[in-house]
Amino acid sequence: MDSLLNATRPPVFCPGCSHERITHTLDQAFRALGLSGAEICMVSDIGCSGLFDTFFHTHALHGLHGRALTYAAGIKLARPELNVVVTMGDGGQGIGGAHLLAACRRNLDLTLLVLNNFNFGMTGGQYSATTPPEAQVGSGFLNRLERPLDIAEIARAAGAPYVVRCSAYRGDLSAVIAQAMAYKGFSVVDIWGICPGRFSKRNRLTPKLIEEMLARHPVMEGEIAENRRPEYGASYREIAAGLRPVAAPEAIEPRFAPAGRGREEVILLGSAGQRILTAGELLCLAGAHAGLHTTQKNDYDITVLRGPSISELILSPEPIGFSGIARPSVVVALGPEGVARRRKTCEGLTAEAVVIQAAGVDIPAGTARTRRVDFKAQGIKPPDWALAALGVMAKLDVVMRPEMLEAALAARLKGESLAGALELVRRVETGAWVEA
Amino acid sequence: MALTLMEGNEAIARGAVAAGCRFFAGYPITPATTILNHMLAMLPPLGGVCVQGEDEIASIGLCIGASMAGMKAMTATSGPGISLYSEQISFAVGSEIPLVIVDIQRLGPSTGSATRGADGDVQFLRWGNSGGMPVIVLAPIDVRDCFTLTVQAFNLAERYRCPVFIASNKEIAMTRETVPIEGLNPGEVVERRPPPAAQPFLPFETAPGEAVPGFLPIGGKTLVRQTSSTHGPDGYITTDPAVITRTLARMQAKIESAVDRFTLVDHRPAAGADTLLLAYGVSARAAAEAARRLTETGRPVSVLILKTLWPVPEAAIRRAAEGMRRVLVVEMNLGQYVHEIARVLPGVRIDFYGQMDGRLITPDTITEALIHG
Repeated sequence: MDSLLNATRPPVFCPGCSHERITHTLDQAFRALGLSGAEICMVSDIGCSGLFDTFFHTHALHGLHGRALTYAAGIKLARPELNVVVTMGDGGQGIGGAHLLAACRRNLDLTLLVLNNFNFGMTGGQYSATTPPEAQVGSGFLNRLERPLDIAEIARAAGAPYVVRCSAYRGDLSAVIAQAMAYKGFSVVDIWGICPGRFSKRNRLTPKLIEEMLARHPVMEGEIAENRRPEYGASYREIAAGLRPVAAPEAIEPRFAPAGRGREEVILLGSAGQRILTAGELLCLAGAHAGLHTTQKNDYDITVLRGPSISELILSPEPIGFSGIARPSVVVALGPEGVARRRKTCEGLTAEAVVIQAAGVDIPAGTARTRRVDFKAQGIKPPDWALAALGVMAKLDVVMRPEMLEAALAARLKGESLAGALELVRRVETGAWVEA
Repeated sequence: MALTLMEGNEAIARGAVAAGCRFFAGYPITPATTILNHMLAMLPPLGGVCVQGEDEIASIGLCIGASMAGMKAMTATSGPGISLYSEQISFAVGSEIPLVIVDIQRLGPSTGSATRGADGDVQFLRWGNSGGMPVIVLAPIDVRDCFTLTVQAFNLAERYRCPVFIASNKEIAMTRETVPIEGLNPGEVVERRPPPAAQPFLPFETAPGEAVPGFLPIGGKTLVRQTSSTHGPDGYITTDPAVITRTLARMQAKIESAVDRFTLVDHRPAAGADTLLLAYGVSARAAAEAARRLTETGRPVSVLILKTLWPVPEAAIRRAAEGMRRVLVVEMNLGQYVHEIARVLPGVRIDFYGQMDGRLITPDTITEALIHG
């Protein structure tokens, strides 16, 4: 294969920079693999490693500092057949650490070349995540206070299945890179090199010294047996192929004449775990089966199985503009936390309003007519109170009729849960009006 | 008339799929999370991809990569996440990457209130890219808009090669509504346009008379370069002031001079009115209700609902304000878009009513502001 180097844009690295050596080595790897430029995408980071994409005749994307792996993942998921090679420096490993960890855990078939020269070359030789504490760099004493990262060790610990730690001066580097690219999975090659423009001006560093430094670390030369596993993209596509498409939105044809007195505004007040929001949705569906426009606006708390649960519903023969409720026509009080959250609204209720009150739940109901229902005495458990309250409303022709509710249940539930819900709303007793 | 019941976020997801979106990446954040949930249910069975990024920066980065590889892509977040998106938004703006970005606004500042609505990001969306280049922002008022504006957002992203924002709000996103099912019709769907054939491809070169470069995907037969660096038509970094000026002027003009072609507004003039209520987002519904009530009681008030927020649809605003003595701008924040209105309508009395406390602005408070403000 021909060289993929861009003859019109030769490397512009400092004389003696190991990046230049890696540029040519990478080209040899491309040739060894027999790849054309259109089969490769170079994704580069910021800093001197961010120049790599311009030296090659390949697809190329150069983006923000530390984020190269994020673009690479998007490209690879969209085009699984493409060979995606990411070049980042040691700086990018620091600022993009979360992305390195995620890439190792995810195991998409990308190749990351870390051009590790122990400092920020382009901005003045400041310390990076890999700068040794004893080095003299452009950050004063700061690097003396921090411990450098071992990129290869972190990649291994995070689950990368293929990791190499090596010198830029290694004779077989092109074969090392070609093998990493050929590996089906996330491969990391941490290449230690020399930055003559900054680092080695104040620190003695030679290929031989790099070999000695590497010798003090455990050998990382390819596949990590304990991290071997199927590649992410292939697994994703395999699982996706077995998934069923989502149905189109359900069309609800009006089948019943609406109950109620025109526009109705209903508030369901309860506690977490009472399935208040499900009941609200059922009420909307009941309205839709009578051709009514509906809205459901819920209160959401940061708590999940504790705290209030509130659903505000509007059912209207006319399209609904404003979706808030100031003066509800119906309040269903099932839990003290919900009532406490809407105390002021409850206190302002007038004689036109109806309250459905679970026995034992106090509510300051203004002058509203109040129907008290003892769900507990009927053997109904709290998670079913909201559904039972809908049954009470339907039986009393408040907002909806029983056939509307049953149609809503049939639209939302199936099998045993439908049978159980129908049984509950049919058997629930409606209690008695509370004397004013 | 058949109805269907869904929340705004589901409508955004369904609109995206109808517009041809096949890539979504997001990070869980209330009140945007249900978009991620719906996309995860919908995309993989269609051969698309939906992933949860390791953070918001990665999520939009994944979308940028996928978009450049030729897929229609979307991401969704809320205030804290849109803040993290910022550097990638700048990339998408400056490097002409088609993308739909949904911001389900919640009460700020900062992490604020996860489950309370607001429209506090509308200036952030406009100016949240380094360099301050213009962007397109669409704002739905209800569930049906969530569907149709998402389709529009994709069409605009493809046509103009740019990120397009949907500025929604918890109060639309997580509110279920009945929608006439025929309202969920995507209409025209625009596809990415390749460059004219038979010429050497330069990734940012425009054909004569065009402001938008043709698009070829990374991974196709023709080599494609993309870069976040200042570049000219060839996609290589440049310091040539003439090239930079031409490129940035073209990018500014392609968005700003096109706004009349995608001005989405709902103007409801009332006979004899000398006051205009101007609103957007969920507050527009309260504004319309307030105007209807006042008009019915013999105090006519006109309404202008903006669904294109950026670029500012100046011509439509001027037309609606013709003959008006006073304009009341209603916003679910402490006063952001009102400054644009004051700029567009010099000499007109501009009043403002804003509220940012987690509650909906009600028709009663707007009426009060109209009568006694």
